[in-house]
Amino acid sequence: MPVLKGKELRVVGFLCNWCSYGGADTAGVGRFSQPTDLRIIRVPCSGRVDPMFVVKALLGGADGVLVSGCHPRDCHYSQGNFYARRRLETLKTFLPALGIDPDRFQYTWVSASEGQRWKNVVSTFVEKVHQLGHAPRIEEAAPYLPLAAGGDSPRAPLRPLAYPAAGTLAASLEQLREKIRAALPELDCVIGWQQGFDALHATPLFMRKPEDVDKLTWGPLNVHNLATYLPQFKNRKVGVVVKGCDSRSVIELLQEKLVEPDNVRVFGMACEGVVDMARVQKTLDAGNADGAMCADVAPAAVAAEGDGLTVEGEAPARLKLADVVAEKCRTCDTPVPLLGDVVEGNASAPAGPAPDAPPSLEVLDAMTPEQRRGFWRAQMDRCLRCYACRNACPMCVCRDHCIAESRDPHWTTQEGNVREKLQFQVIHALHLAGRCTECGECQRACPVNIPVLSLKQWMNRSVRTLFDYRAGVDVNAVPPLLAFAVEEKNIKEHGL
Amino acid sequence: MSFARYIARGELARALDDMARGRVTYAPRREGDAVVFRPRAEGEEPLLARATVPPKGVIFPQSERLFAFIREKDPNDPGHTTVRLDSTVDIEPALIFGGRPCDARGFHIFDRVYLNGPHRDPYYAARREATVVVTLACNKAGSTCFCHWTGCGPADTTGSDILLTPVGEGADAGFVAVAVTERGGAVLEAANLPEADAARSDAAQAVHAATQAALDAQSPARDLSATPARLLERFSDSDFWRDMSDKCLSCGACTYLCPTCYCFNITDENDGGDGMRGRRLRSWDNCMSSLFTREASGHNPRMGKALRLRNRVGHKFSYYPQLHEGVVSCNGCGRCITGCPVSVDIREMVVRATEANEETPNA
Repeated sequence: MPVLKGKELRVVGFLCNWCSYGGADTAGVGRFSQPTDLRIIRVPCSGRVDPMFVVKALLGGADGVLVSGCHPRDCHYSQGNFYARRRLETLKTFLPALGIDPDRFQYTWVSASEGQRWKNVVSTFVEKVHQLGHAPRIEEAAPYLPLAAGGDSPRAPLRPLAYPAAGTLAASLEQLREKIRAALPELDCVIGWQQGFDALHATPLFMRKPEDVDKLTWGPLNVHNLATYLPQFKNRKVGVVVKGCDSRSVIELLQEKLVEPDNVRVFGMACEGVVDMARVQKTLDAGNADGAMCADVAPAAVAAEGDGLTVEGEAPARLKLADVVAEKCRTCDTPVPLLGDVVEGNASAPAGPAPDAPPSLEVLDAMTPEQRRGFWRAQMDRCLRCYACRNACPMCVCRDHCIAESRDPHWTTQEGNVREKLQFQVIHALHLAGRCTECGECQRACPVNIPVLSLKQWMNRSVRTLFDYRAGVDVNAVPPLLAFAVEEKNIKEHGL
Repeated sequence: MSFARYIARGELARALDDMARGRVTYAPRREGDAVVFRPRAEGEEPLLARATVPPKGVIFPQSERLFAFIREKDPNDPGHTTVRLDSTVDIEPALIFGGRPCDARGFHIFDRVYLNGPHRDPYYAARREATVVVTLACNKAGSTCFCHWTGCGPADTTGSDILLTPVGEGADAGFVAVAVTERGGAVLEAANLPEADAARSDAAQAVHAATQAALDAQSPARDLSATPARLLERFSDSDFWRDMSDKCLSCGACTYLCPTCYCFNITDENDGGDGMRGRRLRSWDNCMSSLFTREASGHNPRMGKALRLRNRVGHKFSYYPQLHEGVVSCNGCGRCITGCPVSVDIREMVVRATEANEETPNA
């Protein structure tokens, strides 16, 4: 077959040393004609190919990426390609979230003796990439900011959210405080919430002395997922107060052995939803001409009762909880903590129906690939690279050794451009595949409100479809990308 | 050289066009739920909301190329390479509109380090000289505002070229514009605006006084003159710093949102894998990151978040004032508090450090 007509494109190939590289060699020895667009990188095993390699190539200007390893059940490291298969299939379903055509990426299996097969694989793939043409660059996409992005979701919560009467709430809180006081002597500290710098903000509280426990508060301002602090208390006994969603993060940490079950005491409280501070601010600011002269004028007091928040002060208001509730609460089906040495509050709170696609994902779903590129370009443009998203994430445990900042390996540059910023978000999302409990801390922590949670939600949907798995539900489960099945139920073997 | 002009609310966009003639204007714009400074198109109605991110990036970019390097092999002696540097700096005249006095004063904190210190930074100097700062005085006190503690204030003119004060309401709404510097004067003249009459100038004064009063009512101003020494006394009190930093996530949001944080990192980035071409970049760095102090040996003198936070508070309220005639390198804008994912409150740390020492003078 003649070399493909027209201009060469940049196609990167990651080839396993033992099979596919040998296969390509066999094709060469057999004098099979092959397209010349492919740049081959030899790797010890397809299991060595981190999906980040592929994304880095595609964001960096490659028009296509081909990964080729040994046939399943034929790995020279016995299991490498089984792991690769799960990771690469997950990646393929993730690429559209970035506006990258998944057809620009392919993975396949070619053995050392299959010179003819290699020739077919590489010719077919390169021809397909030629049909797609040059890959559009994310930094050249037209900025696209749909009105709905980060805006108000019309969707009502799946179950009615209502805070109990003030008296009942106070009684539950007092019971919780009692249990914490009783447990405190044998613990380093118990992590909860207290009132923050104004009536509208709660802040984490580290209770060490019995009098600290009096400061503990409960209500819809307790937005923080305190499980984030647990891994740093290695080998020390510590207590943590959790909402239903936070308990899933604790389960995930236990499951991955990032905290020891003997060292953590969980104080659970049934939750009626937490607020999205940006929405509250926007609602309070609504009457202000010129889009609020100063964005952070705070009310004197805020109280939750029934289906709303009562705001007292200069501009008294009654906000409906359903209007200002955090996005994740709209589809929450775990209001009662899934584990806890103690569970207080309305432990029989009805669980909602199983969540389908979160509303914020619908925004991304409704876009064309081109719009998605423009969307991320416009959103990432204001990223400060502060890494609050990463540091607030309970599952980001590399902390001071994150490859985002490492010079060796050198994954991202210090350049302030969209590509590097998005590359980091992809790293975060890929590292959380099958581990993310969608607590939303990444997005809540972002000081410039970039909707980074939707990347993880997209990834989670892929993981659910492929492996029928949800993170943070079962302490004894293994995250799907840390495991494999010899026969995968939902992955068809890719024969190019 | 001070004179005042009046800009009617409806005239603002036009006046801004005239003031910015020949300059790139950066004005606040809403993106998602954040307000950021973006280049403004002619005629565009600017947003008056306080920006989430201060405009410091206009003069001190988040990431800037210091120079490019190109290595060339000597054709006669392939083992020998020469390095060529390209240090062209592309700087356009700019105008920043709509920052607050705390934002503008940030440039003054920078100036002491990058312009008037022992070394003059040519990149900073060029941008600073090419940029006119038009500031909007505050008419509201935010719950995290504490500029009146730090020597700044709702109508502080330090670092600004022109100060705008919103006056009047409804159909009578407008701005009193005061030229602070000669450069500001020239820019304001160009807008061809009517003189601000005495009534309007008085109204502007009243807005300043009212905002100041609102701030005082919210939290009485603190005398920070003893704080530098007090913080040093607290330096090795590890329990104190642990308590202060317990909830800190050690991200860098506070430093990047801070109009006075000026620390940077320098890295060489290769273009292509052969190391023959590349760029030297200067980018924002932050003391909350472990990499900030990690030494080549792998040793890190500031291992934990408590020591990092201590440095942040210490730098702003102790080390900097001791080097700069008592000027605090915090303008009390409160963005580090508002933008912090867990609401770490720098005011609380400063107050507690000072008060705790009063209780136990020999601690």
